[in-house]
Amino acid sequence: MLSTLNIRALGWALLASALLAASVVAGSRNLQNFDGALAAYLFATLFAAFGIVYRYAVWLQRPPTRLYWRAGWRLLFSRRFPAYLAELLRRLVDELALQRFIWKRSAKRGLAHVLLAWGCLSAFAITIPLVFGWIHFTLRAGTIDVYEAHLLGFHAFDFPLGGFVALNLFHALNWSSVLVLLGVFGFLRRRITDAGQIATQTFEMDLMPLVLLVLISVTGLGLTWDYELMQGRAHAFMAISHAITVILFLLWLPFGKFFHVFQRPAQLGVALYQREGEAGAQAVCPHTGEAFASRMHVEDLKQVTSELGYDYRLTGGGSHLDLSPQGKRAALAKAHLAARNESGAFFG
Amino acid sequence: MTTTAYRGQEEFFLDPQRCIGCHACEMACAECETNGQLAMIHVDYVDRAESPQTAVQVCMHCEEPTCARVCPADAIAKDELGVVHSANAARCIACSNCVLACPFGVPKKVEAMKLMMKCNLCYDRTSAGRRPMCATVCPSGALYYGTRERMAAMRPNSSPVNEFRFGLQRVKTRVNVMMPKGSTELVVDGGDAR
Repeated sequence: MLSTLNIRALGWALLASALLAASVVAGSRNLQNFDGALAAYLFATLFAAFGIVYRYAVWLQRPPTRLYWRAGWRLLFSRRFPAYLAELLRRLVDELALQRFIWKRSAKRGLAHVLLAWGCLSAFAITIPLVFGWIHFTLRAGTIDVYEAHLLGFHAFDFPLGGFVALNLFHALNWSSVLVLLGVFGFLRRRITDAGQIATQTFEMDLMPLVLLVLISVTGLGLTWDYELMQGRAHAFMAISHAITVILFLLWLPFGKFFHVFQRPAQLGVALYQREGEAGAQAVCPHTGEAFASRMHVEDLKQVTSELGYDYRLTGGGSHLDLSPQGKRAALAKAHLAARNESGAFFG
Repeated sequence: MTTTAYRGQEEFFLDPQRCIGCHACEMACAECETNGQLAMIHVDYVDRAESPQTAVQVCMHCEEPTCARVCPADAIAKDELGVVHSANAARCIACSNCVLACPFGVPKKVEAMKLMMKCNLCYDRTSAGRRPMCATVCPSGALYYGTRERMAAMRPNSSPVNEFRFGLQRVKTRVNVMMPKGSTELVVDGGDAR
């Protein structure tokens, strides 16, 4: 195991975990606002941060990933910064927030994914600051029905108990759970009825994430169910079962399907790369005589394939990668025809 | 989970010279459950101005798939059966690296979906012991899926070849191309073919 340890990635992961731990200490004012009951959640989050950064750092070292990572940042901070920033923001809304490209795959998939994604993201946005002690609530001195919300130890705002704000603040995670459950059932339906999915899916990558999200959501809703309708009699069971499912999710986050949440923003860097390519010289296929990609992309791919150990250079000069996909198919067909022709029979 | 009944002794044999350009394979390919009703097979006129020659191209399922290695998102995987799968929809970031690097010109990108798709050997069918859609409808024998023995009996003057050379790069594939008897490789090197 030690022989495959990636030292550079390990360094980044340790640094990220240390910075996160320090931010927890600072944000919770030396842990005075940290809720000890959430310690297990905190350690699971720190582990998840370590794993995510480690995997991400390893991922970035792959030649094709490194290409887009470097090019994306370089282009963003180039002389076209205003235009590229605008492009980035537009795609941030269109592709990451609204996820329009998933709707294009199918409207049902788009709806299910948006519900699931925003359910998960909102749950994280609420849970993480609470676990880190960055947000906490106190009863305003001298009252029994006004709460004070504190952010990073600073007083943020007051709200009356029993009001609209209190209802939504205390039930925000329930609303997230409902979104997640609606999304999960959309995907589960697809996974048990779509023949293509049934043929290619795996339990650990496709079904287990959905099962885990159902368990997290149901046990989370169970906490509210317990204190609203069961006078808290099942609190220990609900709290422990919810903690177990959430912690399992966090521990598995760097390894499983949900890592795509951290990979997806790479699409924005690719978009800048493609836009830069469109503005520059185009690669023209020697076979079709038509432009098929940016010259920059084709040249970069020659470099990337070379780094990966491939050598598509032609013996007479040039590269097989200079051909468009159609040109490559034609070159193969022509070579096959020539070989048949040389043998004296087109069929055999 | 899904029970696979893969017939390991059956292989895919491609004979481009037998393609008559009827596009029946395209229609059948679009019926494959894993493609979302999109045809992944390619049927091209090779050089329309010069000849009526058409050629058909499926994914060759390379042993060391260039498409998977150049993917920055780790979205393309080869399974234990040697099938190189379409991009993982959760990971693909639609960069086109695979489209441009595949030596056979196979992957297709659907820009609106931000997704690369390609032939995955009709995994829903072949993993259950059935033939790929295209091979079931090809009327001219350009696409055949079956045993090596059966193919040898049908084409006694041809040899299945699964080694290619693109310039300096050797590529070994799971899918075979039918070549003149005795051939061991197909060389694609800027018009120099043998």
